[in-house]
Amino acid sequence: MSYLPKSDADRQAMLRAIGAESIDELFRSIPAEFRLRVPLKIPGPMAEAEIIGYFRDRAAENSVGYASFLGAGVYRHLRSVVADALLQRGEFLTAYTPYQAEISQGTLQWIFEFQTLICQLTGQEVANASMYDGSTALAEAVLMAERITGRRRVVTARTLHPEYRDVLETYAQHAGLEIESAGYGTSGQADLDALGSAVNDRTAAVVVQSPNFFGAIEQIPAVAEIAHAAGALLVVAITEAVSLGLLRPPAEADIVAMEGQSFGLPPSYGGPFAGVLATREKFVRQMPGRLAGQTTDAAGHRGFCLTLATREQHIRREKATSNICTNQALCALAMTMHLCLLGREGVREVAAQNLAKARYAARALAAVPGVKRAFTAPTFNEFVVRLAVPVDRVNGELLEDKIIGPLALAPFYGELDDCALVCVTETTTRAEIDRLAEGLRHILAREPATAGRAVKRTTGGD
Amino acid sequence: MYPTEFRYTKEHEWVKLDGGIATVGITDYAQHELGDVVYVELPKPGAKVSAGQAFGTVESVKSVSEVYSPVSGEVVEVNAALGDSPEKINQDPHGEAWLVRIRAANAAEAAALMDAAAYQAYIAEKQKETSSG
Amino acid sequence: MSDDRIRKARPHPSQSEGLIFEKSARGKRGMELPALDVPGVDPERELGAGETRGGVEGFPEVSELEVVRHFTRLSTWNYAIDLGMYPLGSCTMKYNPRVNEFIARLDGIATEHPYQPAQLSQGCLRVLRDLERALVEITGMDAVTLAPAAGAQGELTGLLVIHACLADRDGKARKKVLIPDSAHGTNPASVSITGYEVENIRSDATGQIDFDELRRAVNEDVAALMLTNPNTLGVFEERIAAIAALLHERGALLYMDGANMNALAGVTRPGDLGVDVMHLNLHKTFSTPHGGGGPGAGPVAVKKPLEPYLPVPVLAERVDGSLWLDSDRPKSVGRVKAFGGNFGVLVRALAYILAYGPGIRQATEDAVLNANYIRKHLEDDYELPYDTPSMHEVVFSDARQRKSGVTTIDIAKRLIDYGFHPYTTAFPLIVHGALMIEPTESESREECDLFIDAMRAIAEEAACEPEWVKTAPHLTRVGRLDEVAAARRPILRWKP
Repeated sequence: MSYLPKSDADRQAMLRAIGAESIDELFRSIPAEFRLRVPLKIPGPMAEAEIIGYFRDRAAENSVGYASFLGAGVYRHLRSVVADALLQRGEFLTAYTPYQAEISQGTLQWIFEFQTLICQLTGQEVANASMYDGSTALAEAVLMAERITGRRRVVTARTLHPEYRDVLETYAQHAGLEIESAGYGTSGQADLDALGSAVNDRTAAVVVQSPNFFGAIEQIPAVAEIAHAAGALLVVAITEAVSLGLLRPPAEADIVAMEGQSFGLPPSYGGPFAGVLATREKFVRQMPGRLAGQTTDAAGHRGFCLTLATREQHIRREKATSNICTNQALCALAMTMHLCLLGREGVREVAAQNLAKARYAARALAAVPGVKRAFTAPTFNEFVVRLAVPVDRVNGELLEDKIIGPLALAPFYGELDDCALVCVTETTTRAEIDRLAEGLRHILAREPATAGRAVKRTTGGD
Repeated sequence: MYPTEFRYTKEHEWVKLDGGIATVGITDYAQHELGDVVYVELPKPGAKVSAGQAFGTVESVKSVSEVYSPVSGEVVEVNAALGDSPEKINQDPHGEAWLVRIRAANAAEAAALMDAAAYQAYIAEKQKETSSG
Repeated sequence: MSDDRIRKARPHPSQSEGLIFEKSARGKRGMELPALDVPGVDPERELGAGETRGGVEGFPEVSELEVVRHFTRLSTWNYAIDLGMYPLGSCTMKYNPRVNEFIARLDGIATEHPYQPAQLSQGCLRVLRDLERALVEITGMDAVTLAPAAGAQGELTGLLVIHACLADRDGKARKKVLIPDSAHGTNPASVSITGYEVENIRSDATGQIDFDELRRAVNEDVAALMLTNPNTLGVFEERIAAIAALLHERGALLYMDGANMNALAGVTRPGDLGVDVMHLNLHKTFSTPHGGGGPGAGPVAVKKPLEPYLPVPVLAERVDGSLWLDSDRPKSVGRVKAFGGNFGVLVRALAYILAYGPGIRQATEDAVLNANYIRKHLEDDYELPYDTPSMHEVVFSDARQRKSGVTTIDIAKRLIDYGFHPYTTAFPLIVHGALMIEPTESESREECDLFIDAMRAIAEEAACEPEWVKTAPHLTRVGRLDEVAAARRPILRWKP
């Protein structure tokens, strides 16, 4: 086995040095009746080439060669090979959490840079070293708001990603939190009146996502006013981080929970991504997760170390701000490198390209008979369309053209069963958008005969 | 080292009564055990505290220590200067670095605590335990 | 510290590296985008005047090579498995195979979207199924969820599953979870989130959980015991089957923290020992890279009665053999993370398992062999607080060195000067001044011998020139950092 650096002679010599007759002697504290006598029934061993073969075979069973209009919290964006090559340096890849600062300055410094970039991007004052993903960052943000305010009610907009709402429910189920949801209006934005009447003096947090699940940009200042007037905190979730290249950051938010996947991480069938948590300085001691801080050594040289660790589980145990230990460091590093490569100009340009392509797609699709925009609010790189024929039928037929069509909203919002969420990024070509529009035109043109007929769902997952 | 006019708890707080107002801090032994204090969390004035219950925390880089109230009553003043200069707890734990002042509901609670001699005997015993442990 | 006191140039063969922001100058960039193939739009008009920003204030502007040099230089200031032994106890810093990185980046693996149709995701779903089956076999449990993003989230998931199962069975919730005093901090922290109270159970003179105290503690309020096995002393809990029987008799469950599964894989199976729920850390036992702190994956394996409560989505198979993800599970504890588990991590773990096959037992044996070899060679120089047999890690204490004022931290820092990453210091909490050493199977006999030499040399230094050890490390780019100043007046971001 090439991963094991010992010869049998080594093993024998080491056993002799220990004074053990056999390797079994070292396992003597495991009662004999529980020791396995037969080999495990698992596949392998495989050589490197066989492992590659296995995964190439699996890859071929997936969606290679398809154009895709899926987003909804996971986005296909350009990534640079430069970042990926740097990321694979063993000194980053195979290092542990930087508890030993003197030989972890590389990791500590990039975390400090990451925290800075996140503050700049989100308009917040402090950011931690990463959370698992956007959805768990949001759940932690809400638990943090509960600790800060001492209140137990949470109001979420229904335009918040449904899976983020699910994760929040999971985390909150034994915290005594009462979660109420407020609806949306014809604009596709959170209904401010509904939010206003749901919020009261027992509300810990108001949670909105912007751009929201429908791609619409929320009225953050107005939502902030509602939250703050009641003494509640405003928690803003962001699933499409690229939008911050163009959109005014949610400076009114008290806590921002963001998914950083868009900046440098592949979709990877759902993870690993980079959860981001940023907040105001005065709340830093209620923040979960690791933090890197700047300091000096005895000679006065600048250096970095993990700090404010007393918040964390390894010190405060059951009274910690969270149970998080392992985070998404390498993903946060990918994001840091990607942001440094793009820089101030590039981040804006990539956002502007998303906006331009999404506008082009919106116009192209709106020109197709049987396709209508569902909502009126300004959007970034996603928008909802209403189709005159069942969405699943359309998507099923689009697959024949090697197009993965827009996401059917029926599984998430029963009332939007004729709607689909279109996502267009800078990686979507004009030709692909034209193909989608053309495909829709054909399908919708011949559909009236079959419209309304019950069809079998073809999408999986949800 | 340990002022005779103070009373001491087993959790290493000191208390000084002055006309019904109890000034509370942590002892020199406690600050020494903690190491460099980096943060102090104290209640707001007006908070009700009861004897033996935690009312705040004192933190070093790698540990958190709860501070227990030696007496019951209402917090009338907190030492705001510690927010910016937690190191004062290491420098002058029995003086400038008092933590809170409490309007004591029952002065007898403080009287029942250890006096300086008893406390010094108590920590001498503690020190013996750690050095042999 | 003010910027003018930070001098960039310092004598050292690898250049000093400032913050990326300090290299920035207007107009530079490190990455070009393809030309826009659709008409451009005016953001202000599209989004509304007050809704846009001019550019991200403070963002760096640097060229491609500057980015390459910046991160390459930073990387040279890190220690890593690829450089040498990383004997952090309970962290299982083993070799991270390079092929795992290669296959995780394949088109068709890295590129797949979680919402794409199941018919176009059969490859991803088969990876998940093959991994689930392998983990079920390795653990001896009945079912597994791959959803949790890390060990601590696995703990949370496992506890939620226990909570839901017991509430369903009893019609009411139990109140407490028992945890040995040697446990990792995530255990009590996870318990808190699930609304249970933590009750600590003492360890006995052998370093194992005190069975008599446990017997007294288990009552109808107790939902579960969370037991790490082998525990954080590297000691196998010999009475685990009796512990499981005791818990079961009183209606409670046994949760096993599988952080130390590297001592067991292929040798014994927690499921056979009576464990009801456990999590695995794929970034430990199954070689996925730690990456400076993550990402990880924390699958949770359960016995049959707990399966209905596993988080959604659950992998399911149709009659035609095709796979899909089922989110319609009425008894499920819910969703623990959006978009399922950390697929990219799961892929690497499966690649690791495939590389070994049943031979994974050899890795376990080598890991235990290395730990015992190191123990044997260091027990004359360092105090062994528990002489119970060691499995994959050994815990010493600094009791002898402390006599000359040298603590475990000092020894750890001095180890850096000898070219090794320190062991885990000051943990588990039940050993005063602990040195917790886990070499893993990845170390050759030669590397173990070097480590032993270094540790012996330090023991001698601690006796003869303690000041030199107490002020270590002496050879690193920065010396010991002022953590007190960092915590008193936190500087958590760069400002212009």
